[in-house]
Amino acid sequence: MERPAWAPRSIDILVPSVARIYDYYLGGSYNFEVDREAARKAMEFMPGLPKIMQANRAFMRRAVRFALDEGITQFLDIGSGIPTFGNVHEIAQAVRPGSRVVYVDHDPVAVTHSEAVLAGNDDADVVAADLRKPQDILASPRLQRLIDLNRPVALLLVAILHFVEDTDDPCGAVAELRDALAPGSLLVLTHASYEGIPLPPERSEGAVDVYQDIRNPLIMRSREEIARFFEGYDMVEPGLVPMPHWRPETAPEDEDPYAFSGFAGVGRTSGRTA
Amino acid sequence: MIAEPDGPEGRLRRLTTIWSRAVFPVTSTSLTRPEFEEQLLPLARRLSGALRARVFDAGEGEAVGAALVGAHCTAPDALSRSLDCVDAYLVLYCGEGGDQEDLRARSARLQHAMAAGFARALRERTLAEQEAIAQAALRAQGVVAQALHASEARFRAVFEGAAIGIGIADLEGNVLQINGALLRMFGGSEQTLRIRNVRDWTHAEDAPQVWRLYEELVRGEREHYHVEKAFYRPDGTVLWTNLTVSLLRDPDGNPQYQLALMEDTTERRLLNLRLRYEATHDALTGLPNRTLFFERLEKVLSAGDGRRFGLCYLDLDGFKTINDSLGHAAGDRLLVEVADRLQACATAPGEMVARLGGDEFVALTTGTDTQREVDELASRILNALVAPIRIDGRELTVRGSIGVVEGPVGERSAAEVLRSADITMYRAKSAGGNRFELADPEADARTITRHGLTTALPAALDRGEFFIEYQPLVRLGDGSVRGAEALVRWLHPQHGVLGPDRFIPLAEHTGLIVPLGRWVMEQSVRQAREWRERYGDGTEGPLRINVNLSPCQLTHPGLVQETVDILERTGVAPDALCLEVTESALIGADDDLLKPLRRLAEMGVDIALDDFGTGYSNLANLRRLPVSVLKLDRSFTQGMQQFPADPVDLKIVEGIVALAHSLDLAVTVEGVETGAQAEQLRTLGCDTAQGWYYARPGPPDRLHELALADATG
Repeated sequence: MERPAWAPRSIDILVPSVARIYDYYLGGSYNFEVDREAARKAMEFMPGLPKIMQANRAFMRRAVRFALDEGITQFLDIGSGIPTFGNVHEIAQAVRPGSRVVYVDHDPVAVTHSEAVLAGNDDADVVAADLRKPQDILASPRLQRLIDLNRPVALLLVAILHFVEDTDDPCGAVAELRDALAPGSLLVLTHASYEGIPLPPERSEGAVDVYQDIRNPLIMRSREEIARFFEGYDMVEPGLVPMPHWRPETAPEDEDPYAFSGFAGVGRTSGRTA
Repeated sequence: MIAEPDGPEGRLRRLTTIWSRAVFPVTSTSLTRPEFEEQLLPLARRLSGALRARVFDAGEGEAVGAALVGAHCTAPDALSRSLDCVDAYLVLYCGEGGDQEDLRARSARLQHAMAAGFARALRERTLAEQEAIAQAALRAQGVVAQALHASEARFRAVFEGAAIGIGIADLEGNVLQINGALLRMFGGSEQTLRIRNVRDWTHAEDAPQVWRLYEELVRGEREHYHVEKAFYRPDGTVLWTNLTVSLLRDPDGNPQYQLALMEDTTERRLLNLRLRYEATHDALTGLPNRTLFFERLEKVLSAGDGRRFGLCYLDLDGFKTINDSLGHAAGDRLLVEVADRLQACATAPGEMVARLGGDEFVALTTGTDTQREVDELASRILNALVAPIRIDGRELTVRGSIGVVEGPVGERSAAEVLRSADITMYRAKSAGGNRFELADPEADARTITRHGLTTALPAALDRGEFFIEYQPLVRLGDGSVRGAEALVRWLHPQHGVLGPDRFIPLAEHTGLIVPLGRWVMEQSVRQAREWRERYGDGTEGPLRINVNLSPCQLTHPGLVQETVDILERTGVAPDALCLEVTESALIGADDDLLKPLRRLAEMGVDIALDDFGTGYSNLANLRRLPVSVLKLDRSFTQGMQQFPADPVDLKIVEGIVALAHSLDLAVTVEGVETGAQAEQLRTLGCDTAQGWYYARPGPPDRLHELALADATG
């Protein structure tokens, strides 16, 4: 018998969590030994992994500020993970107080921790849901309380789509979310790729294997495949590029070589609704 | 703040830039380096202040170390690089003009304090974060546990509250859990059910595949199966269920448990049996009904391999009269008694009695010698009816007519067999009843043809399949043609030309005779007008047309008006029309029946009494009838075909002619076939004649020729 939809997945802190591994890469201590062990293993193959995460955070920061400059004050961050520092609500609410932020994650620990962090912040909340089920996200009362889908939204899919396998139809999920967004909304996206990693492929494959071992496969996609997620969006300059090249504020050449792994981009939904 | 490059502020800036360049690569901040440098600037200022303070305070170093952690410089390298930077540049850029040795000592102490502050802050932060994440994990587990608990509670509620019985057993057949519904279905205690292995739950009526499916399931070769299965309840009664058994596998896909869902269908099954009984049995007599009988007959007829069957189709004689005179309740009791007696007649294996409806019963035999058996069965039935039936103190004698069909199976359908039996039964009835007749294919065919003609009649009229032939009426005195009798024919698409004897009785029976008769009269009168237009009235009066009126037409209320309409429409005088009415139709006729004929006669239409002498005519009545012509039946003239003619016939005809003439009636004879006959009849005083001697019935043109010959001859 299949598990009914309303029965929650069990949690097991003996199983590594990608959210907490990410936190470890960023120097945080919101993690357990199982997470650190997995992270250390991956770093044996790719010592620069923390730099990739840092570049993701830096890109997200620039993209959120770009969205604010565009007049967008609603943010939907799916796959938000463990809030550490430099979170979307911190960036946005510092620039534009009252900006509304909804975080989404399917990791129960990440969600309860986010609830603790966001306690007292009326303009930010977290939803326990899965990117693979966009309707669960869109229909959640917490989202509907904070976000007006008739107005533009910045949808953040930062470092998450590479955890969704093709069999789960990530393109379909992204399209479903796009169709729910008002014209002028933005898609902020980063994605892992073998392209740009300053290592021989077999080394990066070793890191990929670590994720496979913890039953959270990391799906490396080509630039072309990643570009497909932007279907129905007009790319914002400079398009889909390595993270440091996206509207840099400092010289990209000063960046760590690992920061150029994978791709980042921002798209804008066109005036006509889908 | 704009700083003089070489002023104290500028030097502080340069220290900060060097510091941020050293530390930035090992931080995990998402700030840009210039932004990060802005965060370090106040820290550098504090260090600079502490270095040159009047009273030295190492606590400033601790604060700076802690602030590094606050700026997310948590990597160990961030501390060592910071200390390297302070050691090398703090005194250099911020210690201008002071005692270098003293400054270097202060710098060293500040570095020690920074390290301590960093360590303390990092420890605090790590502990806080570990605490927070542990709390979050705990809460998440709580949430999940709560949800699991709720889900389990819901499952349990579903399990316990379900209307269907649910049981879980392991693959060895040990019962692990059963719900209340299942317990209620079986009755007894949970313990008595639990101790019985699933493999022991057999029942005599288990379908052969039930246990094969079970074995396949527990071996993991089958995911589920669905069967209708009976169980013995602990009290020995039977429990019928719709049973679905599913295989439950563990997360790795290995078979683990079997789950049985069962629905109690015992009541429904009983109800179905009862409904089936009610649907196949007659409520009044309890005999099998038409449905069951047909099922049975169809089965018998499809058995094949040289078997034979015999069937008796019984219809009570005069049952309607009993029903009408004694009431339906009495009729019903009579039927019940008849049913009981019939039941007793057919007790051998392969024999069956059923009530088809009303007072129609059938008995079927499928023994080894049905030819003999069915005769005996029919005789037994008739004998069973001999003894009077006592109802409400009356002795009622009931008789029946039986149609018997016997033959090999596989040749005819049940419906065909029953039709043949029905036809044969009617034959027995028309033969007087209280008998049985054996089916005869030819008799069946005739009846079937008759039936076919009856149903084809209305369409035949619409399609113009009828036509009229005319047989001349000749005046015996001079042999001149005086008119013709219209005789209707049916050009049937399959059977060819049919004479009136084949279809007029059918038309009478169905009432189609009225429109058909009207059509014949209209056509004939029109023909009469044509003749009149062609030959004029002549000295002997107009050519007359004789049209037959059936008894049914006679009582039709529109007869007079329709006749008048036809005459007026065609512009033909009434005296050109003669309506022939059979003697039998007028036997016992009262004034009401005669009234239309009188009116027609008053108008000038001749009325002829057809087939005169065949019925028991009341001669005294003759004067009362509005007739002007007697048509002598052909039976009187047949005796005159030989020579010498039968003297008795001669006397009779002579007497009738005298009687007719004395009543002022003309006499027409039919069936004149020889010249001698014609001469004889002329001598006897008959007025007109028709017959093959003159002409057979034919198309209207033939009459032209005769009339023409008559006119010229």
